[in-house]
Amino acid sequence: MTAPTTPSTPLVDKAQYGLAAFLVLAGGYVLLDAAGLEDGFADQPVQPYTLPYVVGAALVVLGILLAVATARGDRPEAEEGEDIDLTQGTDVRTVGLLALVLVANIALIDVLGWAITGALLFAGSAVVLGSRSWVRDLAVGVALSVGSWYGFYVGLGIPIPAGILDGVL
Amino acid sequence: MDLLLDGFQTALTPENLLFAALGVLLGTAVGVLPGIGPAMTLALLLPVTYSVGADSAIIMFAGIYYGGMYGGSTTSILLNTPGESSSVITAIEGNKMAKAGRAAQALATAAIGSFVAGSIATVLLWIVTPQVADIVVTLGSPSYFALMVLALFAVTAVLGSSKLRGFIALFLGLAIGLVGTSTGQARLTFGEPLLADGIDIVVVAVALFAIGEALWVAAHLRRKPLEIIPVGQPWMSRADWGRSWKPWLRGTAYGFPFGALPAGGAELPTFLSYATEKKLSKHPEEFGKGAIEGVAGPEAANNASAAGTLVPLLALGLPTTATAAIMLVALQGYGFQTGPTLMDDHPDLVWGLLASLFVANALLLVLNLPMAPLWAKLLRIPRPYLYAGILFFASLGAYSVNFQAFDLAILLVLGVLGFFMRRFGIPVLPLIIGVILGPKLEDQLTTALKISEGDVSTLWSEPVAVVVYGVMALLLTAMAFAGLRKPSAGNVPTEEKEMVER
Repeated sequence: MTAPTTPSTPLVDKAQYGLAAFLVLAGGYVLLDAAGLEDGFADQPVQPYTLPYVVGAALVVLGILLAVATARGDRPEAEEGEDIDLTQGTDVRTVGLLALVLVANIALIDVLGWAITGALLFAGSAVVLGSRSWVRDLAVGVALSVGSWYGFYVGLGIPIPAGILDGVL
Repeated sequence: MDLLLDGFQTALTPENLLFAALGVLLGTAVGVLPGIGPAMTLALLLPVTYSVGADSAIIMFAGIYYGGMYGGSTTSILLNTPGESSSVITAIEGNKMAKAGRAAQALATAAIGSFVAGSIATVLLWIVTPQVADIVVTLGSPSYFALMVLALFAVTAVLGSSKLRGFIALFLGLAIGLVGTSTGQARLTFGEPLLADGIDIVVVAVALFAIGEALWVAAHLRRKPLEIIPVGQPWMSRADWGRSWKPWLRGTAYGFPFGALPAGGAELPTFLSYATEKKLSKHPEEFGKGAIEGVAGPEAANNASAAGTLVPLLALGLPTTATAAIMLVALQGYGFQTGPTLMDDHPDLVWGLLASLFVANALLLVLNLPMAPLWAKLLRIPRPYLYAGILFFASLGAYSVNFQAFDLAILLVLGVLGFFMRRFGIPVLPLIIGVILGPKLEDQLTTALKISEGDVSTLWSEPVAVVVYGVMALLLTAMAFAGLRKPSAGNVPTEEKEMVER
């Protein structure tokens, strides 16, 4: 849990400077990448670097404009939704743990295969999001991942790699 | 006409009817889940349709499309917060009706109104789309280029509250669209061979809509559950019918033209419809307390506008809403070259789609009215399972495209981007449209300049192009005036707009 961001926050949303910096950096990288491109072939009237230069420059300018707007008191309207309660601060812990679960899935999927990592992904996310009965979470996860594996393999004809369970499934 | 009949023949085979029914059920089931709007429904279910044959896939997709839209309005009536901006109005009056014990009538007028609007709008599509397409194929690359710039500009600057944030989203999207080796040289690939073909749009869409949303909700999960209103079988009394049918028709009349414009969007017509109904109603005192006209009109406008967006999509290859953007991705995924020639190259496909929209719309009414109480139960799904499920299916969808763990990494990176976009109020739509249209924009520019042998003045050599740039100039002037009257930090100074206009 972090500090609440609502009523007590100052007029300037400082985090927006971070976004502005990101835009300038991203734009700068696009420009740098464009500078490394060579002239196109004779049949390319639009040089490969033309559009990147426009896009990169625009991102840099937008980043600067956002910084200026932020300094002048511009504040974002965070998105609302059915399950969203913006009156509380950002729950960094939950988001971080969820990201970890997703990273684990990426790291393990080639070795273990979707049927296993998918189950872990579901159960892990459910636990992180506040589910208390992890046995049931795991059971639902296994049902979903094995079910979807067979569904894709048999029903849709998409052979998802089985990973470590090759030959078992 | 023959083409349309052929289309119906394709759509009405027992096998394809089954796919349409399956699509409607899947679309509604996913769309009714809280936190999942029509665009996310389509993005999540897209991989499922890839494996069946192209015509079945499109028919199934039409079902998912209408099902997802209907599911969305059910959610906004039974919970009091709208899933997306076009159902804001439905949520206001619909939820008030539901609280007053008239949930069944609210759902019924929304469903039947959607059906009426969808049917009329689909017929209008049959008439308008071929004519627009006939005009469009005669246009040269300069005009087409101008239209694309207009679509990008309109989606970015006309819709949404903060122009600055709209342009940020647009240029981030254009930057993502640059990735790849389409020009013969590697651009923004970070030396990674897996990026040579660019980033798959399915992955971008799923990341932004599903992962970004799930992370965002995780950060702000409502700790106390929302109040859900129990609902029985939807029905309407004679008086309700009497009060509903005119709003349905007026809503359709507002929705379709707005949807068909390159600057479409469903927000404006729903607002206009609501304002009109409030003015014309014999019961103005009920508005704000649950007036059935306030549900009937905007819901019809919403649906008609959704059908209207298919005009620029099919005739021009220009998506103007998030849902239409995913639909374009779907058509490309089925292997069709979208753009002005789509109607000529694949008339069977387009008419199959237009016919199945009609079929799906009818199936929706038949299947969903009796099932409303069941759908309402889905709203009670435990939130940890709902969002874990979204992450699960999003990962599955992205993974099933190429079976690359790398795609999942991109999914996560863009998902984090989606999270921060929600945090900073940056709209997702311009980004998605930028990713899709960026490469096409470059193609058209190349084609135009190739024909003119590098002479830039070709870009304003066609009357349509000149008119389009004129419209953009007018929009800019209007925005500048609005900005002068109400100076606020959210306005973009003019140099930015000129850059876009090039």
